[in-house]
Amino acid sequence: MKADFVHHQSAHCESGVTSGLLQNAGATQITEPLAFGIGAGLFYAYIPLIKINNGPAIAFRTFPGLIFKRTCKALGIPVIQKKFRSKEQAENFLKEALQNKQPVGCQVGVYYLSYFPKEYRFHFNAHNLVVFGQEGDNYLISDPIMETPTSLTSYELERVRFAKGALAPKGQIYYPAKHVEVNDDTIRRAIKHGIKQNINNMLRIPGWFAGVEGIRYTGKRIKKWRDNLGLQKAGLYLAQLVRMQEEIGTGGGGFRYMYGAFLQEADNFLPGKGLSDISKQFTEAGDLWRTAAVQAAGIYKGRIGSQKDFDVMSNHLLQIADIEEKAFKALNKIKW
Amino acid sequence: MKKEDVPQDLSSLGKLTREVCYATDSEGKYTTELSRGWDVKIDALDTAWSDIDKRIADARQKVLNKEASPLLFFMEYRLMDLALLASYTGFWQWQIKRHLKPEVFDELSNKKLEKYAEAFNVKVQDLKQMTVNES
Repeated sequence: MKADFVHHQSAHCESGVTSGLLQNAGATQITEPLAFGIGAGLFYAYIPLIKINNGPAIAFRTFPGLIFKRTCKALGIPVIQKKFRSKEQAENFLKEALQNKQPVGCQVGVYYLSYFPKEYRFHFNAHNLVVFGQEGDNYLISDPIMETPTSLTSYELERVRFAKGALAPKGQIYYPAKHVEVNDDTIRRAIKHGIKQNINNMLRIPGWFAGVEGIRYTGKRIKKWRDNLGLQKAGLYLAQLVRMQEEIGTGGGGFRYMYGAFLQEADNFLPGKGLSDISKQFTEAGDLWRTAAVQAAGIYKGRIGSQKDFDVMSNHLLQIADIEEKAFKALNKIKW
Repeated sequence: MKKEDVPQDLSSLGKLTREVCYATDSEGKYTTELSRGWDVKIDALDTAWSDIDKRIADARQKVLNKEASPLLFFMEYRLMDLALLASYTGFWQWQIKRHLKPEVFDELSNKKLEKYAEAFNVKVQDLKQMTVNES
Protein backbone atom coordinates (compact mmCIF):
# COMPACT_ATOMS: atom_id res chain seq x y z
CA MET A 1 0.00 0.00 0.00
CA LYS A 2 1.10 3.46 -0.74
CA ALA A 3 -0.08 6.91 0.32
CA ASP A 4 -0.18 9.81 -2.12
CA PHE A 5 2.95 11.72 -1.29
CA VAL A 6 5.08 13.95 -3.48
CA HIS A 7 8.75 13.70 -2.60
CA HIS A 8 10.35 17.13 -2.20
CA GLN A 9 14.05 17.47 -1.68
CA SER A 10 14.93 20.07 0.93
CA ALA A 11 17.94 21.57 2.66
CA HIS A 12 17.16 20.40 6.17
CA CYS A 13 15.43 17.25 7.30
CA GLU A 14 12.87 18.45 9.84
CA SER A 15 11.79 21.63 8.06
CA GLY A 16 11.59 19.54 4.88
CA VAL A 17 9.46 16.83 6.49
CA THR A 18 7.24 19.46 8.11
CA SER A 19 6.69 21.32 4.86
CA GLY A 20 6.19 18.05 2.94
CA LEU A 21 3.58 16.71 5.37
CA LEU A 22 1.73 20.03 5.60
CA GLN A 23 1.61 20.51 1.84
CA ASN A 24 0.37 16.96 1.52
CA ALA A 25 -2.35 17.70 4.09
CA GLY A 26 -3.62 20.71 2.15
CA ALA A 27 -1.58 23.62 3.53
CA THR A 28 0.08 24.07 0.15
CA GLN A 29 1.64 27.49 0.85
CA ILE A 30 3.99 26.15 3.55
CA THR A 31 7.41 26.03 1.89
CA GLU A 32 10.50 24.77 3.70
CA PRO A 33 11.71 28.26 4.72
CA LEU A 34 8.23 29.14 6.01
CA ALA A 35 8.16 25.96 8.11
CA PHE A 36 11.64 26.72 9.42
CA GLY A 37 10.78 30.32 10.34
CA ILE A 38 7.32 29.69 11.75
CA GLY A 39 8.78 26.79 13.76
CA ALA A 40 11.47 29.19 15.09
CA GLY A 41 14.15 26.77 13.94
CA LEU A 42 17.20 29.03 14.14
CA PHE A 43 19.27 28.49 17.24
CA TYR A 44 22.74 28.14 18.66
CA ALA A 45 23.97 26.22 21.67
CA TYR A 46 27.44 25.22 22.81
CA ILE A 47 27.31 22.38 25.31
CA PRO A 48 30.85 21.35 26.27
CA LEU A 49 29.56 18.95 28.95
CA ILE A 50 27.92 16.70 26.38
CA LYS A 51 30.60 15.00 24.34
CA ILE A 52 29.82 13.83 20.84
CA ASN A 53 32.58 11.77 19.21
CA ASN A 54 34.96 13.09 21.87
CA GLY A 55 34.29 16.73 21.05
CA PRO A 56 31.88 19.35 22.41
CA ALA A 57 28.25 19.27 21.28
CA ILE A 58 27.27 22.30 19.23
CA ALA A 59 23.75 22.84 17.91
CA PHE A 60 22.78 25.30 15.22
CA ARG A 61 19.08 24.69 15.34
CA THR A 62 16.41 23.83 17.81
CA PHE A 63 15.61 20.41 19.38
CA PRO A 64 14.23 17.65 17.15
CA GLY A 65 10.45 17.57 16.91
CA LEU A 66 10.01 21.23 17.84
CA ILE A 67 9.90 22.70 14.33
CA PHE A 68 7.01 20.42 13.37
CA LYS A 69 5.18 20.95 16.64
CA ARG A 70 5.54 24.72 16.71
CA THR A 71 4.69 25.21 13.04
CA CYS A 72 1.49 23.18 13.31
CA LYS A 73 0.51 24.87 16.55
CA ALA A 74 1.07 28.35 15.13
CA LEU A 75 -1.05 27.43 12.09
CA GLY A 76 -3.77 25.92 14.27
CA ILE A 77 -3.30 22.44 12.80
CA PRO A 78 -3.92 19.56 15.22
CA VAL A 79 -1.13 16.97 15.25
CA ILE A 80 -0.61 13.39 16.21
CA GLN A 81 2.80 12.89 17.78
CA LYS A 82 3.73 9.70 19.59
CA LYS A 83 6.69 7.91 21.13
CA PHE A 84 6.74 4.21 22.01
CA ARG A 85 8.25 1.84 24.53
CA SER A 86 7.59 -1.22 22.43
CA LYS A 87 9.00 -1.75 18.95
CA GLU A 88 6.00 -3.87 18.06
CA GLN A 89 3.51 -1.16 18.98
CA ALA A 90 5.56 1.36 17.06
CA GLU A 91 5.41 -0.73 13.91
CA ASN A 92 1.70 -1.52 14.30
CA PHE A 93 0.94 2.16 14.66
CA LEU A 94 2.95 2.91 11.52
CA LYS A 95 1.22 0.18 9.54
CA GLU A 96 -2.20 1.39 10.58
CA ALA A 97 -1.40 4.94 9.50
CA LEU A 98 -0.16 3.69 6.13
CA GLN A 99 -3.28 1.58 5.69
CA ASN A 100 -5.26 4.78 6.11
CA LYS A 101 -3.09 6.28 3.34
CA GLN A 102 -1.45 8.61 5.84
CA PRO A 103 2.19 9.51 5.18
CA VAL A 104 4.02 9.99 8.50
CA GLY A 105 7.12 11.74 9.79
CA CYS A 106 9.61 9.65 11.78
CA GLN A 107 12.57 10.70 13.89
CA VAL A 108 15.50 8.34 13.29
CA GLY A 109 19.17 7.81 14.12
CA VAL A 110 21.54 7.94 11.14
CA TYR A 111 24.11 5.39 12.34
CA TYR A 112 22.34 2.37 10.84
CA LEU A 113 20.65 4.28 8.03
CA SER A 114 21.71 1.99 5.20
CA TYR A 115 21.27 4.36 2.26
CA PHE A 116 23.69 6.96 3.66
CA PRO A 117 27.38 6.56 2.77
CA LYS A 118 29.29 4.98 5.66
CA GLU A 119 31.50 7.99 6.34
CA TYR A 120 28.43 10.12 7.08
CA ARG A 121 26.99 7.73 9.64
CA PHE A 122 27.49 8.84 13.22
CA HIS A 123 25.34 8.24 16.28
CA PHE A 124 23.21 11.25 15.53
CA ASN A 125 19.56 10.79 16.43
CA ALA A 126 17.90 13.95 15.18
CA HIS A 127 17.29 12.98 11.57
CA ASN A 128 13.78 13.01 10.11
CA LEU A 129 12.15 11.28 7.17
CA VAL A 130 8.71 10.48 5.80
CA VAL A 131 7.39 6.92 5.49
CA PHE A 132 4.71 6.86 2.80
CA GLY A 133 4.13 3.22 1.94
CA GLN A 134 4.93 -0.44 2.34
CA GLU A 135 5.71 -3.02 -0.34
CA GLY A 136 6.35 -6.50 1.03
CA ASP A 137 9.01 -6.18 3.71
CA ASN A 138 10.12 -2.77 2.44
CA TYR A 139 8.99 0.61 3.65
CA LEU A 140 8.93 3.44 1.13
CA ILE A 141 10.93 6.37 2.43
CA SER A 142 10.99 9.99 1.39
CA ASP A 143 14.15 11.36 2.98
CA PRO A 144 14.16 15.11 2.31
CA ILE A 145 17.95 15.15 2.03
CA MET A 146 17.92 12.76 -0.93
CA GLU A 147 17.10 13.69 -4.51
CA THR A 148 14.78 10.70 -4.93
CA PRO A 149 12.65 8.46 -2.67
CA THR A 150 14.33 5.36 -1.24
CA SER A 151 13.39 2.37 0.93
CA LEU A 152 14.32 0.48 4.10
CA THR A 153 13.52 -3.08 5.18
CA SER A 154 11.28 -3.40 8.23
CA TYR A 155 14.30 -4.44 10.32
CA GLU A 156 16.36 -1.48 9.12
CA LEU A 157 13.54 0.97 9.82
CA GLU A 158 12.94 -0.47 13.28
CA ARG A 159 16.64 -0.21 14.03
CA VAL A 160 16.89 3.49 13.16
CA ARG A 161 13.57 4.36 14.84
CA PHE A 162 14.89 2.77 18.02
CA ALA A 163 18.45 4.08 17.84
CA LYS A 164 19.89 4.68 21.30
CA GLY A 165 21.87 7.49 22.89
CA ALA A 166 21.40 11.25 23.19
CA LEU A 167 18.01 12.40 21.82
CA ALA A 168 16.95 8.79 21.24
CA PRO A 169 13.94 8.85 18.88
CA LYS A 170 11.97 6.17 20.80
CA GLY A 171 10.06 5.43 17.63
CA GLN A 172 8.76 9.00 17.43
CA ILE A 173 6.12 9.37 14.74
CA TYR A 174 4.17 12.51 13.82
CA TYR A 175 1.74 13.88 11.27
CA PRO A 176 -1.02 16.46 10.87
CA ALA A 177 -4.22 14.98 12.32
CA LYS A 178 -6.44 16.01 9.44
CA HIS A 179 -6.69 17.64 6.06
CA VAL A 180 -6.43 21.40 6.47
CA GLU A 181 -6.32 24.47 4.35
CA VAL A 182 -4.75 27.55 5.87
CA ASN A 183 -5.54 31.07 4.75
CA ASP A 184 -3.06 33.93 4.43
CA ASP A 185 -4.26 35.60 7.63
CA THR A 186 -3.38 32.50 9.61
CA ILE A 187 0.02 32.41 7.96
CA ARG A 188 0.60 36.08 8.77
CA ARG A 189 -0.17 35.43 12.43
CA ALA A 190 2.02 32.35 12.46
CA ILE A 191 4.96 34.24 10.91
CA LYS A 192 4.78 36.94 13.58
CA HIS A 193 4.56 34.33 16.29
CA GLY A 194 7.53 32.39 14.91
CA ILE A 195 9.70 35.49 14.63
CA LYS A 196 8.91 36.52 18.20
CA GLN A 197 9.72 33.06 19.49
CA ASN A 198 13.03 33.06 17.62
CA ILE A 199 13.91 36.48 19.03
CA ASN A 200 13.39 35.04 22.50
CA ASN A 201 15.49 31.97 21.77
CA MET A 202 18.42 33.95 20.42
CA LEU A 203 18.38 37.09 22.59
CA ARG A 204 16.60 36.32 25.85
CA ILE A 205 17.44 32.72 26.63
CA PRO A 206 19.16 32.58 30.02
CA GLY A 207 22.69 31.19 30.31
CA TRP A 208 26.01 31.81 28.60
CA PHE A 209 25.91 28.78 26.33
CA ALA A 210 22.92 29.45 24.11
CA GLY A 211 21.64 32.02 21.65
CA VAL A 212 23.75 34.96 20.54
CA GLU A 213 25.65 34.86 23.87
CA GLY A 214 26.54 31.24 23.16
CA ILE A 215 28.16 32.18 19.84
CA ARG A 216 30.11 34.90 21.64
CA TYR A 217 31.16 32.48 24.37
CA THR A 218 32.36 29.90 21.82
CA GLY A 219 34.33 32.66 20.08
CA LYS A 220 36.07 33.57 23.32
CA ARG A 221 36.82 29.91 24.13
CA ILE A 222 38.37 29.26 20.72
CA LYS A 223 41.06 31.84 21.50
CA LYS A 224 42.22 29.55 24.31
CA TRP A 225 41.85 26.20 22.53
CA ARG A 226 45.37 26.15 21.12
CA ASP A 227 46.99 26.59 24.57
CA ASN A 228 44.49 24.53 26.53
CA LEU A 229 44.00 21.57 24.19
CA GLY A 230 47.12 21.49 22.05
CA LEU A 231 47.10 22.02 18.31
CA GLN A 232 45.94 18.53 17.34
CA LYS A 233 42.92 18.35 19.66
CA ALA A 234 42.03 21.97 18.93
CA GLY A 235 41.99 20.98 15.25
CA LEU A 236 39.65 18.08 16.00
CA TYR A 237 37.33 20.40 17.93
CA LEU A 238 37.26 22.83 15.02
CA ALA A 239 36.51 20.00 12.59
CA GLN A 240 33.69 19.03 14.92
CA LEU A 241 32.37 22.61 14.87
CA VAL A 242 32.40 22.63 11.07
CA ARG A 243 30.80 19.19 10.84
CA MET A 244 27.99 20.26 13.15
CA GLN A 245 27.73 23.47 11.18
CA GLU A 246 27.78 22.13 7.65
CA GLU A 247 26.97 18.42 7.83
CA ILE A 248 24.53 16.58 5.63
CA GLY A 249 21.87 18.77 4.23
CA THR A 250 22.14 22.29 5.44
CA GLY A 251 24.27 23.40 8.32
CA GLY A 252 24.78 26.36 10.62
CA GLY A 253 25.71 28.65 7.75
CA GLY A 254 22.90 27.17 5.70
CA PHE A 255 20.38 27.70 8.49
CA ARG A 256 21.19 31.41 8.38
CA TYR A 257 20.54 31.42 4.63
CA MET A 258 17.30 29.54 5.14
CA TYR A 259 16.21 32.11 7.71
CA GLY A 260 17.09 34.80 5.17
CA ALA A 261 14.88 33.02 2.62
CA PHE A 262 12.13 32.82 5.24
CA LEU A 263 12.22 36.58 5.88
CA GLN A 264 11.99 37.28 2.14
CA GLU A 265 8.94 35.03 1.85
CA ALA A 266 7.53 36.56 5.03
CA ASP A 267 7.93 39.99 3.43
CA ASN A 268 5.46 38.95 0.72
CA PHE A 269 2.88 38.15 3.39
CA LEU A 270 3.71 41.16 5.56
CA PRO A 271 5.06 43.91 3.28
CA GLY A 272 6.30 47.24 4.60
CA LYS A 273 7.89 45.88 7.76
CA GLY A 274 11.43 45.83 6.39
CA LEU A 275 11.72 42.04 6.58
CA SER A 276 13.53 41.84 3.24
CA ASP A 277 16.19 44.27 4.46
CA ILE A 278 16.75 42.31 7.66
CA SER A 279 17.01 39.18 5.54
CA LYS A 280 20.26 40.59 4.13
CA GLN A 281 21.80 40.59 7.59
CA PHE A 282 21.17 36.86 7.87
CA THR A 283 22.78 36.35 4.48
CA GLU A 284 25.77 38.25 5.83
CA ALA A 285 25.84 36.05 8.95
CA GLY A 286 25.64 32.90 6.79
CA ASP A 287 28.52 34.12 4.62
CA LEU A 288 30.62 34.77 7.70
CA TRP A 289 29.87 31.30 9.15
CA ARG A 290 31.27 29.93 5.89
CA THR A 291 34.34 32.18 6.06
CA ALA A 292 34.89 30.91 9.61
CA ALA A 293 34.60 27.31 8.35
CA VAL A 294 37.28 27.98 5.73
CA GLN A 295 39.55 29.40 8.45
CA ALA A 296 38.87 26.36 10.65
CA ALA A 297 39.65 24.03 7.73
CA GLY A 298 43.03 25.74 7.32
CA ILE A 299 43.78 24.78 10.93
CA TYR A 300 42.55 21.17 10.89
CA LYS A 301 44.23 20.56 7.55
CA GLY A 302 47.46 21.82 9.12
CA ARG A 303 48.03 24.62 6.59
CA ILE A 304 47.94 27.23 9.36
CA GLY A 305 47.93 26.94 13.15
CA SER A 306 49.51 29.90 14.94
CA GLN A 307 47.77 31.65 17.83
CA LYS A 308 47.05 34.45 15.40
CA ASP A 309 45.07 32.01 13.22
CA PHE A 310 42.97 30.97 16.23
CA ASP A 311 42.42 34.66 17.04
CA VAL A 312 41.12 35.21 13.51
CA MET A 313 38.74 32.26 13.91
CA SER A 314 37.61 33.58 17.26
CA ASN A 315 36.99 37.07 15.87
CA HIS A 316 34.83 35.64 13.08
CA LEU A 317 32.51 34.16 15.69
CA LEU A 318 32.44 37.35 17.74
CA GLN A 319 31.52 39.26 14.61
CA ILE A 320 28.80 36.74 13.74
CA ALA A 321 27.36 37.16 17.23
CA ASP A 322 27.23 40.92 16.67
CA ILE A 323 25.51 40.58 13.28
CA GLU A 324 22.92 38.10 14.53
CA GLU A 325 22.27 40.18 17.63
CA LYS A 326 21.73 43.28 15.52
CA ALA A 327 19.43 41.38 13.14
CA PHE A 328 17.25 39.96 15.90
CA LYS A 329 17.12 43.35 17.63
CA ALA A 330 15.91 44.85 14.35
CA LEU A 331 13.20 42.18 14.18
CA ASN A 332 12.32 42.95 17.77
CA LYS A 333 11.72 46.62 16.94
CA ILE A 334 9.10 45.91 14.28
CA LYS A 335 5.67 47.29 15.12
CA TRP A 336 3.35 44.56 13.85
CA MET B 1 26.00 33.19 -0.65
CA LYS B 2 25.43 33.78 -4.32
CA LYS B 3 23.98 31.00 -6.39
CA GLU B 4 27.06 30.73 -8.58
CA ASP B 5 29.27 30.41 -5.47
CA VAL B 6 27.55 27.25 -4.23
CA PRO B 7 30.49 24.82 -4.05
CA GLN B 8 30.60 21.78 -6.33
CA ASP B 9 33.48 19.73 -4.86
CA LEU B 10 32.48 16.10 -5.26
CA SER B 11 32.04 14.43 -1.85
CA SER B 12 31.20 10.78 -1.17
CA LEU B 13 27.63 11.90 -0.46
CA GLY B 14 27.65 13.85 -3.72
CA LYS B 15 28.10 10.61 -5.64
CA LEU B 16 24.74 9.47 -4.22
CA THR B 17 22.76 12.63 -3.99
CA ARG B 18 23.29 16.35 -4.36
CA GLU B 19 22.31 18.63 -1.48
CA VAL B 20 19.90 21.56 -1.61
CA CYS B 21 21.39 24.94 -0.65
CA TYR B 22 19.62 28.27 -0.26
CA ALA B 23 21.47 30.99 -2.15
CA THR B 24 20.70 34.37 -3.70
CA ASP B 25 20.29 35.13 -7.41
CA SER B 26 21.56 38.22 -9.25
CA GLU B 27 18.68 40.29 -7.85
CA GLY B 28 19.32 39.18 -4.26
CA LYS B 29 16.25 36.90 -4.24
CA TYR B 30 16.62 33.59 -2.43
CA THR B 31 16.41 30.47 -4.52
CA THR B 32 17.79 26.94 -4.22
CA GLU B 33 20.78 25.35 -5.88
CA LEU B 34 22.07 21.77 -5.74
CA SER B 35 25.59 21.19 -4.43
CA ARG B 36 27.81 18.14 -4.96
CA GLY B 37 29.81 18.90 -1.83
CA TRP B 38 32.32 21.32 -0.35
CA ASP B 39 36.06 20.73 0.30
CA VAL B 40 35.84 22.36 3.73
CA LYS B 41 33.20 19.80 4.77
CA ILE B 42 35.02 16.89 3.16
CA ASP B 43 38.21 17.82 5.06
CA ALA B 44 36.32 18.12 8.36
CA LEU B 45 34.90 14.64 7.85
CA ASP B 46 38.32 13.26 6.86
CA THR B 47 39.83 14.80 9.99
CA ALA B 48 37.20 13.14 12.17
CA TRP B 49 37.73 9.77 10.47
CA SER B 50 41.50 9.79 10.65
CA ASP B 51 41.15 10.27 14.40
CA ILE B 52 38.62 7.43 14.59
CA ASP B 53 40.82 5.14 12.46
CA LYS B 54 43.70 5.77 14.84
CA ARG B 55 41.53 4.88 17.81
CA ILE B 56 40.37 1.68 16.09
CA ALA B 57 43.96 0.67 15.33
CA ASP B 58 45.00 1.36 18.95
CA ALA B 59 42.09 -0.72 20.21
CA ARG B 60 42.95 -3.61 17.87
CA GLN B 61 46.53 -3.61 19.16
CA LYS B 62 45.32 -3.64 22.78
CA VAL B 63 43.13 -6.66 22.04
CA LEU B 64 46.02 -8.46 20.34
CA ASN B 65 48.21 -7.69 23.38
CA LYS B 66 45.48 -9.20 25.60
CA GLU B 67 45.09 -5.87 27.39
CA ALA B 68 41.41 -5.67 26.41
CA SER B 69 38.66 -7.89 25.05
CA PRO B 70 37.36 -7.55 21.46
CA LEU B 71 34.55 -5.39 22.85
CA LEU B 72 36.98 -2.47 22.96
CA PHE B 73 37.73 -2.88 19.27
CA PHE B 74 34.05 -3.02 18.30
CA MET B 75 33.19 -0.08 20.53
CA GLU B 76 35.71 2.05 18.66
CA TYR B 77 34.70 0.52 15.33
CA ARG B 78 31.03 1.35 15.96
CA LEU B 79 31.82 4.74 17.52
CA MET B 80 30.17 3.74 20.79
CA ASP B 81 31.01 4.84 24.30
CA LEU B 82 30.07 2.94 27.46
CA ALA B 83 26.79 4.77 27.90
CA LEU B 84 25.67 4.10 24.33
CA LEU B 85 26.67 0.43 24.39
CA ALA B 86 24.89 0.06 27.72
CA SER B 87 21.66 1.41 26.26
CA TYR B 88 21.92 -0.82 23.17
CA THR B 89 22.62 -4.01 25.16
CA GLY B 90 20.78 -3.41 28.42
CA PHE B 91 23.94 -4.15 30.43
CA TRP B 92 25.08 -1.79 33.16
CA GLN B 93 28.22 0.21 32.42
CA TRP B 94 30.10 -1.55 35.23
CA GLN B 95 29.24 -4.90 33.65
CA ILE B 96 30.60 -3.77 30.29
CA LYS B 97 33.76 -2.56 32.01
CA ARG B 98 34.21 -6.08 33.40
CA HIS B 99 33.51 -7.64 30.01
CA LEU B 100 36.27 -5.48 28.56
CA LYS B 101 38.76 -7.67 30.44
CA PRO B 102 39.85 -10.53 28.15
CA GLU B 103 39.61 -13.19 30.88
CA VAL B 104 36.04 -12.19 31.77
CA PHE B 105 35.03 -11.90 28.10
CA ASP B 106 36.27 -15.44 27.38
CA GLU B 107 33.84 -16.81 29.96
CA LEU B 108 30.76 -14.94 28.70
CA SER B 109 27.67 -16.99 27.92
CA ASN B 110 26.43 -17.18 24.37
CA LYS B 111 23.34 -15.22 25.35
CA LYS B 112 25.42 -12.27 26.50
CA LEU B 113 27.62 -12.46 23.42
CA GLU B 114 24.49 -12.37 21.25
CA LYS B 115 23.48 -9.08 22.83
CA TYR B 116 26.82 -7.53 22.00
CA ALA B 117 26.81 -9.00 18.51
CA GLU B 118 23.40 -7.49 17.82
CA ALA B 119 24.44 -4.09 19.13
CA PHE B 120 27.51 -4.13 16.87
CA ASN B 121 25.60 -5.66 13.96
CA VAL B 122 28.07 -8.56 13.59
CA LYS B 123 27.98 -12.33 14.12
CA VAL B 124 29.07 -13.82 17.44
CA GLN B 125 31.90 -15.60 15.69
CA ASP B 126 33.17 -12.32 14.23
CA LEU B 127 32.84 -10.68 17.61
CA LYS B 128 35.11 -13.26 19.22
CA GLN B 129 37.65 -13.22 16.41
CA MET B 130 37.59 -9.47 15.92
CA THR B 131 36.76 -9.75 12.23
CA VAL B 132 34.57 -7.40 10.24
CA ASN B 133 32.75 -8.50 7.15
CA GLU B 134 31.41 -5.46 5.39
CA SER B 135 32.40 -2.96 2.83
